[in-house]
Amino acid sequence: MGDPESREEAQAESLVLQRLREQFGPRLLEVKVWRNETTVLLAPQDLVVVCRFLRDDPGLAFDFLSDVTGVDRLMLPESSPRFEVVYHVYSLQYRRRLRLKVRVDEGQAVPTVADLWPTANWHEREVYDVFGVPFDGHPDLRRILLPDDWEGHPLRKDYPVEASPKWWEEEPA
Amino acid sequence: MSPTRTMTLNMGPQHPSTHGVLRLVLELDGELVLKCTPHIGYLHTGIEKGLESKRFQQGIPLTDRMDYLAPLSNNLALVLAIEKALGIQPPERGQTIRVLLTELTRIKSHLVWLGTHAMDIGAMSVFLYCFREREAILDLYEMVSGQRMMASYFRVGGLAADLPPGFEDRVQAFLETFPSRLGEYEALLTQNPLWRQRTVGIGVISREHAVAMALSGPNLRACGVSYDVRKAHPYSSYERYQFEVPLGKVGDVYDRYMVRMAEMRQSHGIASQALARLTPGPINVADPKLIPPAKPLLKTSMEALIHHFKLYSEGFHVPAGEVYQPIEAPKGELGAYLVSDGGTRPYRVHFRAPSFVNLQALPRMVEGRLVADVVAVIGSLDIVLGEIDR
Repeated sequence: MGDPESREEAQAESLVLQRLREQFGPRLLEVKVWRNETTVLLAPQDLVVVCRFLRDDPGLAFDFLSDVTGVDRLMLPESSPRFEVVYHVYSLQYRRRLRLKVRVDEGQAVPTVADLWPTANWHEREVYDVFGVPFDGHPDLRRILLPDDWEGHPLRKDYPVEASPKWWEEEPA
Repeated sequence: MSPTRTMTLNMGPQHPSTHGVLRLVLELDGELVLKCTPHIGYLHTGIEKGLESKRFQQGIPLTDRMDYLAPLSNNLALVLAIEKALGIQPPERGQTIRVLLTELTRIKSHLVWLGTHAMDIGAMSVFLYCFREREAILDLYEMVSGQRMMASYFRVGGLAADLPPGFEDRVQAFLETFPSRLGEYEALLTQNPLWRQRTVGIGVISREHAVAMALSGPNLRACGVSYDVRKAHPYSSYERYQFEVPLGKVGDVYDRYMVRMAEMRQSHGIASQALARLTPGPINVADPKLIPPAKPLLKTSMEALIHHFKLYSEGFHVPAGEVYQPIEAPKGELGAYLVSDGGTRPYRVHFRAPSFVNLQALPRMVEGRLVADVVAVIGSLDIVLGEIDR
């Protein structure tokens, strides 16, 4: 991808990284650039302060939270901490995208970003529903896709793809 | 007299105006909506989980079932994400056909929106006209893929097959009649006082609130925010097409209507440009590890036979890493987030479904309004539950 437009984009990306490094330095645990996409790994306790900075800094203005989702790292070579919560933030003004991540273990909570971007409300409910990762300070943390009394979290890697037990086989003949 | 005078009304999940299986719990004071709580998940099919157990190429048919009114847009999001991770791009003809078909898909999706939205508000005839035009696009779908709805026509690296003979003439015929038909629909609605009474000033959402809720697509643009993924981050060579991004001002039901109507005209323009751009050439990347060899080759080439066997028994590997690929689907920003561990199946796929995000803004739009407005606002948001629940 050597065309001038994507090179310009890559420079703009590094501008975001530069601002973040100035402000937070070693609190950016890991920075990766792959396929022109920048990923920044944060500690859960730093998430809200970094997000607030990204949103409110006039030179960054990441005002649009595209997406929040999760990954269960159980089957990856490095699987601890087990869960990863992934944020895709976007700046409508500068047309830049950035990926933020935090990692937590089973039962550990991630601070909510729903008071920064109200759209996070349902996304976080979905992550809670399908991965079982709780969010601290969330205004309405309930299951969203599955019924309230569902057992287990289907997108975990140790949750079977095919449903069991098979209730139709348990019916008396 | 009883101390409380509010009533809780359950609307859906089986209610024609909720466009699928959306359930709303409305707290009413007479006809006034005090509180609206959406409940979703009735159409949860575990598509993201299912994708993890299928090889990269096998997952494409599952995506058709998300936004089932725009299956090819869903195909495109997944296929582009995998191609981004692989670092490949299909040749020009392949990209042009993709643009042509996804723009027809946008028209088709908007036609269902228009027909059902108008019917919800009481304009029955528009629905029948819209479905007449949609039928023509479904016939085109059938020509290229054999399927009227769940086309699954795009493949990693290109397309399932080249266009059949006579396809271009059929598209041409459709494109010639469509603008006048669209004019007829506008004549039925745009200045119609009944339509305006039901839509102007209803379900208003401010620019700031729309951004905070991360609305996208026509719903965001109706508030005057110019964000279209095709312009902001062109994919499939969209930077080479001339088109405008229609914007609204107030962000009410009427503006959303106007924006989508204008978008259909723009899509018509893009599709015409794509049709003019079609030149003979390859449709797929020239990589035997990704694209199955031509059938006759299997009888003469040992290598082709091996590639064929490997491709169907194992699939192909995608380098370890993660990508997020947004596209401008008819409903808004459809993003495919793909995590690969280097294997032949995706480690994790997530779709940022535009309807899921757009629906979240519904309570804010209807609280303090009348029950009848709820129906108008749901229609104007253009949601598809298959995509919301995935």
